[in-house]
Amino acid sequence: MHGTLKRLAPQLIALATLIALVSVFYPGFLSVSLNDGRLVGPVVDVLKRSAPVALLAVGMTLVIATRGIDLSVGATMAICGAVAAYAVSAGYGLPVAMLLAIGAGLLAGLWNGCLVAIVGVQPFVATLILMTAGRGIAQLITEGRILTFTDPAFAFLGSGNLLGLPMPTWIWICVAVLTTLLMRRTALGLLIEAIGINRRASALAGVNAVVLLIAVYMAMGFCAALAGLVVTADIRGADANNAGLWLELDAILAVVIGGNSLLGGRFSIAASVIGALIIQTISIGIRLAGFPSEYNLLIKAVLVVVILVLQSPRFGTEWHYWRQQLQFKRLREGKIAK
Amino acid sequence: MLLSIRSLTKSFPGTKALDGVDFDLRSGEVHALLGENGAGKSTLIKCLTGAYQRNAGTIALDGAEIEPQSSGEAQELGIGTVYQEVNLLPNLTVAQNLLFGRELRRFGLIDSRAMRAAAQEMLGDYGLDINVDRDLGGYSVAIRQIVAIARAVALSGKVLILDEPTASLDAREVQMLFTVVRRLRDRGLGVIFVSHFLDQVFDLSDRVTVLRNGRHVVTTETAALTRMTLIEHMLGRTLQDEVLHNPPPDRGKREKMLEFSGFGRRAVVEPFDLVIGKGEVVGLAGLLGSGRTESAELLFGLRATQSGEARDQNGKLDLSGPRAAIAQGFGFAPEDRKLDGIVADLSIRENIILGLQARRGWMRPIPRAEQNRLADSYIKRLDIRTSGKEKRVGELSGGNQQKVVLARWLAMNPRFLILDEPTRGIDVGAHAEILHLVHELVEQGMSLLVISSELDELMAVSNRVIVLRDRCHVAELVGHEISGESIMRAIASTEEKVE
Amino acid sequence: MKFNKLLTSAAVLAISAGAAFAEGEVIGFSQIGSESGWRAAETTLTRNQAEERGYQLQFSDAQQRQENQIAALRSFIAQGVDAILIAPVVATGWDSVLQEAKEAEIPVVLLDRMVDSDPSLYLTAVGSNLVHEGEVAGKWLAEAVGDKPCRIVELQGTTGSSPAIDRKKGFEQGIAGHANLTIVQSQTGDFTRSLGKEVMESFLQSENGGKDICALYAHNDDMAVGAIQAIKEAGLKPGEDILIVSIDAVPDIFKAMADGEANATVELTPNMAGPAFDALEAFWANGTVPAKFIQTESKLYTQADNPAGEYEARKGLGY
Ligand SMILES: Nc1ncnc2c1ncn2[C@@H]1O[C@H](COP(=O)(O)OP(=O)(O)OP(=O)(O)O)[C@@H](O)[C@H]1O
Ligand SMILES: [Mg+2]
Repeated sequence: MHGTLKRLAPQLIALATLIALVSVFYPGFLSVSLNDGRLVGPVVDVLKRSAPVALLAVGMTLVIATRGIDLSVGATMAICGAVAAYAVSAGYGLPVAMLLAIGAGLLAGLWNGCLVAIVGVQPFVATLILMTAGRGIAQLITEGRILTFTDPAFAFLGSGNLLGLPMPTWIWICVAVLTTLLMRRTALGLLIEAIGINRRASALAGVNAVVLLIAVYMAMGFCAALAGLVVTADIRGADANNAGLWLELDAILAVVIGGNSLLGGRFSIAASVIGALIIQTISIGIRLAGFPSEYNLLIKAVLVVVILVLQSPRFGTEWHYWRQQLQFKRLREGKIAK
Repeated sequence: MLLSIRSLTKSFPGTKALDGVDFDLRSGEVHALLGENGAGKSTLIKCLTGAYQRNAGTIALDGAEIEPQSSGEAQELGIGTVYQEVNLLPNLTVAQNLLFGRELRRFGLIDSRAMRAAAQEMLGDYGLDINVDRDLGGYSVAIRQIVAIARAVALSGKVLILDEPTASLDAREVQMLFTVVRRLRDRGLGVIFVSHFLDQVFDLSDRVTVLRNGRHVVTTETAALTRMTLIEHMLGRTLQDEVLHNPPPDRGKREKMLEFSGFGRRAVVEPFDLVIGKGEVVGLAGLLGSGRTESAELLFGLRATQSGEARDQNGKLDLSGPRAAIAQGFGFAPEDRKLDGIVADLSIRENIILGLQARRGWMRPIPRAEQNRLADSYIKRLDIRTSGKEKRVGELSGGNQQKVVLARWLAMNPRFLILDEPTRGIDVGAHAEILHLVHELVEQGMSLLVISSELDELMAVSNRVIVLRDRCHVAELVGHEISGESIMRAIASTEEKVE
Repeated sequence: MKFNKLLTSAAVLAISAGAAFAEGEVIGFSQIGSESGWRAAETTLTRNQAEERGYQLQFSDAQQRQENQIAALRSFIAQGVDAILIAPVVATGWDSVLQEAKEAEIPVVLLDRMVDSDPSLYLTAVGSNLVHEGEVAGKWLAEAVGDKPCRIVELQGTTGSSPAIDRKKGFEQGIAGHANLTIVQSQTGDFTRSLGKEVMESFLQSENGGKDICALYAHNDDMAVGAIQAIKEAGLKPGEDILIVSIDAVPDIFKAMADGEANATVELTPNMAGPAFDALEAFWANGTVPAKFIQTESKLYTQADNPAGEYEARKGLGY
């Protein structure tokens, strides 16, 4: 428990500082009110709107832990959203639509996983293929337009409420918690970390690296499918051109802000998810503060850089060093004074 | 005085690796730096070359204080280093590695012909004639080590540091290396030499400094020391039987356990037959590149065989890959611990249980208490020097990393364990411990295949020694036939088969 | 298949060779791709128009790549088509291929986007005036609101894109002189439905739960559709509590208007081919050279303009 808190400290501090900063520009940021059974307020918006990136970040954390990367998740989201919208408008119920969408996500993951683990293509290149082709596939399904639907059950996934909180929030929290449990209550987490750090040595020790890698990319596909369902449900339509566009980058950023190394190995899903919350807080904060759109990207970039620099191990060591020196000096001065 | 180090101190969280160490190096001497695994030898070297930043102490070269911030800066000062864990770039060619940062140019462009010639000449000193245009990563550990040495030698103008350079070399290359080192010494360089091979220390060094637990113990002329006193300085106690000179008792006809017939792969190892008895220790001897590691890799399914089959008393065995081999009760502790052995960012505990866990499957995690028990027991049995079982394996000293790799395989309790250079980088004390352990395992019925460049070691453990030459199994020595001389003869012999 | 087509086009050429203006003209159309519903509708309408007028349309989808478009143009020239329509994916790099068309005496009409080449290299360009569109929207709002004070929130298009800049400018011109109308929030919604919704949520948040907002101006209908959902979810009535005006006139906004949830939209017509063919026919008939830029009409639709009917008319166009 103590270890977990220590691991998450930088992210939590960054988030808290950010919230404080936003509150300066928009004092009501933390205010939450109850409006016919649903909580409303900027914080609730953050919790809801971070759903796609948080979901992706869960899967991306695992992929990155294996020393991989998945650039195709945005396109996969578009495919899965399109599949679900198509199924629902063709008259199938929500369960079937969800199953089809998740199936599509798993299939995308299987494809990526096989390219990486069996064919041996570099993850960056392997997933680039689906990144470019995927949106085309989604457009084929939607025939290039926004495929709208009216199914209230599906729409509920995006804009419904359960116990006061938006559905997307519940979805990402569940996925993050369950995945964390799956990783840490079984040996999966350890084995994934092992192949990420040293695949050769792990394989030699009997770790089934090929199957694990494929499974990890499929888990990523699963998360992307859920994210695709959420954004599609949110606007009651599958927008093949824009659904999930560039979200792969936000997901990777979330993982990096979460202090996970792009070189694989040790990972923390909780930290990545906090990373997603940080990104969304920045976006919503900038908007609420009312800065002109032109500055959004710049402000976001600056904040992200600051957060990453503060987290970097180099900075940590330096900081440690200077603190030691200071303590030293104080000690010595104290001694002399005595 | 060429180099003088005063009260050097370096601590890591939880460990004081160096505690006020003094060290002097004269020009024109080979100065051996000795101590147990984890005594602080590598740390001293890294502080000296700027790979680590020291906490306190001074370093002076030719009387002037130096403060290198990186190996590169140390090189510019004339200090060339071969680190314990060879740190070359496997994706570059041998020539590029040798001349990295000093590429030969012609009209501003890299002159690859001149580079090739220069590289070949550099390696010539070590009797190595290989294709220098191939990627370094494709070559064996030994060749990588020689490349690292050649590179460091070329870079050292004043000081040459060798941290266990001979760990994976065999006698012939060691002699070639020593010739080069002596030549440099006679030219006035100072050489720091770290090794756990005491014979080599006595052979090469002029003076010795011993460290223990990060402290300076003694510095003296090598000639003034006996092997016994030196070991006493290192361990802080006397060692009963340093090396066991008798292999485990051979109780006559033993039960046949495994039978490999016609195992081979073209251009790797010629097909060979091998029978392993229960509780038998078979040694594999041969020169660098003779196919020892490759034979082991075939047996473990790491390389696919083109011919042959394996059987035990129950029939044919599937050895299509490491997992299949492990399922058959095989184990393989590899030669290159950094690349194939340790998972550096995981803790000692996790590294030790990794193989067991993989075999049990991800759904049945080993309970934490059991993990702790296993880790504690192997830390104790193999005397792994660490501040705790949660320490990252990458932060252990080289020899202790090796022990962790061994522990992983021992924890899996295989029936047939292949050990490729098992004592590489392990100190005399632990070496004896490990040989003891091997005997214990054999008593319990485990069979072993041991690959080693150290003939003493082979002789000490093997019931049978198989000799390889040019990718062929050329001889088999049993029981009393095994001696250093007979092995050497078989290695050198040009006859097709020595029976 | 291809060979067949070639044969027919050769035959058509042979027939039409004598007459200056005859039925069965062959038109080459190089489309950018199908990146949006509007673009798909433009393709559909171009096909429909060609069919109505009895032309034979050679269609080529460039999939967002200029080299595909240049290749398509060259093949049209080689076939000796009677005219070329092109929606250029980028503005530069067209000089040489347009020169080739000119030398082959094939008139080229640009659709919906401009190029940087010399105007003498093409017959004319058909397109809308983005500033004008914004102005129409602004004027409608100013009229609809009257003298009441009105706080407007604006969903911009992609930051820095010319439609976003021009539609913003036009709208500001449209409401100029009405001091009671003020734009209080303006953020980008990237022309997408989901960001339109997300940003609207923030607007509602910072404008007292939306109670202070009198109108929304969105640079395209998609963002407006997203915003409408956000307004509904916040418990307000879009179209009544908050007036909604946007641009493009895609089917879904007509549906919203039919439901009383949106108030007005300004059409960016996907029928660029109609005016283009009109100009070509005049040119073929008596050599009338059209103006270098033909501006399409920016028609305003409100709830009074039979939105349900408009929806039906448009939904099959591929939006
Ligand atoms: N990067 C590091 N982080 C933490 N501890 C370290 C690090 N490097 C070395 N140590 C610790 O410092 C001590 C000395 O290690 P060092 O590598 O110098 O030993 P050594 O004498 O070279 O041993 P060996 O013969 O096994 O190579 C060990 O206890 C080791 O665990
Ligand atoms: Mg060492």
